[in-house]
Amino acid sequence: MHDSLFFQVPNSTFAPTVDGLYYFIFWISVFFLTLITSLMIIFVVKYRRVEGVEAQPSPGHNTLLELGWSILPAFLVLIIFGWGFAGYVDMRSPPEEAYEINVTASMWQWNFRYPTGAVSGELHIPAQKPVKLIMQSKDVIHSLFIPAFRVKQDVVPGRYTGVWFEALEPGTFDILCAEYCGQQHSDMLSKVVVHNNDPSKTDLNDDPNFETWLEDASDPIKDNEPLYESGKRITEMLGCVNCHSSDGSKKVGPSFKGSFGTTRNLQGGKTVTVDENYIRQSILDPNSQVAQGFDPKMPSFKGTIKDEWIDAVIAYFKHLKKE
Amino acid sequence: MATAAMPAQHESESHGGENFLTCSKGFKSWAFTLDHKRIGLMYLIATMSSMFLGGALALILRAEHLTPGATLPLAKVQNFLGSLIPSWSAIEATPLTNHDVYNQLFTLHGAIMVFLFIIPSIPAALGNFVLPIMLGAKDVAFPRMNLGSFYLWIVGFIFLVTAILTTGLDTGWTFYTPYSTNTTQTSVIAATLGAFILGFSSIFTGLNFIVTIHTMRPPGMTWFRMPLFLWALYATAIIQVLATPVLGITLLMIAAERLLGLGIFDPSMGGDPVLYQHFFWFYSHPAVYIMILPAMGIASELFSTFSRKPIFGYRFIAFSSMAIALLGFLVWGHHMFTSGQSELLTIIFSVLTFSVSIPSAIKVFNWLATMYKGSINLATPMCYALSFMFLFTIGGLTGLFLGALATDIHLHDTYFIVAHFHYTMMGGTLIAFMGGVFYWWPKMTGYMYNEFWGQVSALIVFVAFNLTFIPQFVMGSRGMPRRYYNYLPEFQVYHVLSTIGAFMLGLGLALAAVVLIVSLFTKRKAPANPWGGATLEWQCSSPPPLANFEETPVVGNPYDMQSVVWDAENECFVNRKKEEAPQS
Ligand code: HEM
Ligand SMILES: [Cu+2]
Repeated sequence: MHDSLFFQVPNSTFAPTVDGLYYFIFWISVFFLTLITSLMIIFVVKYRRVEGVEAQPSPGHNTLLELGWSILPAFLVLIIFGWGFAGYVDMRSPPEEAYEINVTASMWQWNFRYPTGAVSGELHIPAQKPVKLIMQSKDVIHSLFIPAFRVKQDVVPGRYTGVWFEALEPGTFDILCAEYCGQQHSDMLSKVVVHNNDPSKTDLNDDPNFETWLEDASDPIKDNEPLYESGKRITEMLGCVNCHSSDGSKKVGPSFKGSFGTTRNLQGGKTVTVDENYIRQSILDPNSQVAQGFDPKMPSFKGTIKDEWIDAVIAYFKHLKKE
Repeated sequence: MATAAMPAQHESESHGGENFLTCSKGFKSWAFTLDHKRIGLMYLIATMSSMFLGGALALILRAEHLTPGATLPLAKVQNFLGSLIPSWSAIEATPLTNHDVYNQLFTLHGAIMVFLFIIPSIPAALGNFVLPIMLGAKDVAFPRMNLGSFYLWIVGFIFLVTAILTTGLDTGWTFYTPYSTNTTQTSVIAATLGAFILGFSSIFTGLNFIVTIHTMRPPGMTWFRMPLFLWALYATAIIQVLATPVLGITLLMIAAERLLGLGIFDPSMGGDPVLYQHFFWFYSHPAVYIMILPAMGIASELFSTFSRKPIFGYRFIAFSSMAIALLGFLVWGHHMFTSGQSELLTIIFSVLTFSVSIPSAIKVFNWLATMYKGSINLATPMCYALSFMFLFTIGGLTGLFLGALATDIHLHDTYFIVAHFHYTMMGGTLIAFMGGVFYWWPKMTGYMYNEFWGQVSALIVFVAFNLTFIPQFVMGSRGMPRRYYNYLPEFQVYHVLSTIGAFMLGLGLALAAVVLIVSLFTKRKAPANPWGGATLEWQCSSPPPLANFEETPVVGNPYDMQSVVWDAENECFVNRKKEEAPQS
């Protein structure tokens, strides 16, 4: 499959229905627009005003014609409705065996949690398997939008909403927030990584299959590597790197690089030393200590991050200091 | 023929001698006027100024989108305002200030265009001027309330614009909860009060029109002798009176929620944010018909007059206005297909949405049939009317993509929506409004504008409009969400095209304004009936006398085009009846 004028490459089982219906309505529209426009042009040319020539009398109405052009469109829109309805019912009927992933949206990031306890800032799913997302929001309304899959569902605080889909081909696709959610609405982006199902692909660095990825993500702390490497992996998994750089550049939040052990000016005039406790508190209750020059925008990771993972992250900070 | 007609023509001008513009002078004579024509003109100036203000903001938004990241130093706007408003200078500009300013600008653009321009534009500006005259009445039923409505508009304007300038409102014109109630630091309360007051202004106009049409029709003006513009205003007025109070209450609930912490919409207190969306769209969907019905009414007048043909299927059009007004109350949920509302509701709303599309389609066919075998004059108002027909058809047809569930799920909250509603609200309402302004301008001011430049403005606006919004359909269905400050680089080409179109569009509209303003200085006198309209407003002089008619007008068929004939010598249309009965 390839992309067309109006769509990027379709990559879910719904996509062909959506695109098909879209093009069906599109061609109907082209037909009517052409009809109306040509009549308009013909009339304007043929019946343009000539001085001294009056309009020719013609009937003021014609019941048959009027009924005709009411009933024909009614018929067409009924077909369109039925098609849209059928597609919608599919989108709302997840199969029993769908693989469930929990999603938490907050200003302005996505967080995905898997049945094994793995957590990630990007969505990882297997190809050709139904996946169901159970979503909630920590603050305002967001909307999960994956254009390649043609799905969208609002994520509403105070209730669960759900969406399901089945991806066709492995690859990486955009996730966007579609419901306006404040300052960085347009940066509330993530990716969905569709993994292959090839049982032989077990090398993490070479396009791993979903099982391999999941196993790795479920336990980011590896015995055979320095702790700081695990810490680095965790900051990537949780999406910290969306707002914090590791090269000293300033993004939404302060950079990780070289910060450990330094003194930081807080909003409200206090100063603190960046030590183990400061880092821990910044992760669990970020808005209690906001660094000067930054907005209190960071969401809390309480509940998503495990204590051992915080240890690893602290190790990573110390490592960055040395580098 | 000319000689027989001349006295009649002369008579209506010389009687009384003074028109509504010259009968009294000075600021007070305008500020305290009860004359519907003066109030209509003041509304015209006010709404058109709002349009240019909102348009200028739109151009800033479009320019920002020339590149995917930051394009303009928007944060400077805040610094500049900070220097004016002391409380702002304390706010530190961070790297994210650009985002904030962008969000405030699109909110301001939307709120100005919807609440200050489109909703009052046709009914309160043109409707106010034309409705009583078309009806054959001396004024509206409640002239004081009419003036009150204009002052409410002013107060609403002040609230809304002050709210946004002082702290920067960034909720979007939709004020969705819980963002608007719990999160944003900006002045939601002042802004919602502004919208609330504007709602009252709109209710006053609607109420006035309903009562006027019911009680002030002169002898002979039966319901089915009313011009279709009046049917459209009547249907609109019903929506204004029935739907606007719901918006008022909803906005007050938001203010109360913020002030008192009530928890109606706040999930952390057991409230329901989606409930807000139901309230909001229960008004705002019918409101889109407040915007489009009067536009359709203008189109009916223009197609008939400039084709010199009675409107085709008068009753069908009149009834379809009423059908749209009533069905329009039953489809609000189509704005919430992805909100998590119940599936059953979603399906019902989809069926009902399609049912509203039929009466709109019928009208387009009727306008076409009106042109058939006509004598079509491509004067400026007709150019706008033809442009309206094309653009509104696209607006309506793209509504089909959104009413269908499977496709709407994908298209909701993308640029496809933005393009759809600009085709309907701008391509539909604004273009018809421009057509109406050019049509009634000679009547309102007494002066003719330059025909050639008027036509050029219509052409530029038409081409530029399509260049602006067609790329938005494409990028929308390719996945570009709306209300985005930054965007993915793959969408840049569409944004650039759209921005070029927008600036051309700005030029086209500015040209239209120049053409109109220049006519006030060239002072080419307009005859009573420059276009050959058969409705009553063309019977009185241009501009009309204070009391509209010297004697109660004789009401006939509003689309009996053969009742007026072209008088080549005086370059205007005159009554045929007078000619046939010269003894009068
Ligand atoms: C045949 C007629 C029409 C149909 C079937 C139709 C259908 C729809 C649907 C289903 C939506 C919601 C889409 C979404 O948010 O996912 C929508 C949005 C909208 N429509 Fe229409 N529409 C029609 C005509 C009009 C007209 C005549 C106007 C105004 C003059 C209009 C103004 C709007 C506006 C303002 C929005 C979006 C509001 C927002 O989200 O900010 N539509 N339309
Ligand atoms: Cu709607």
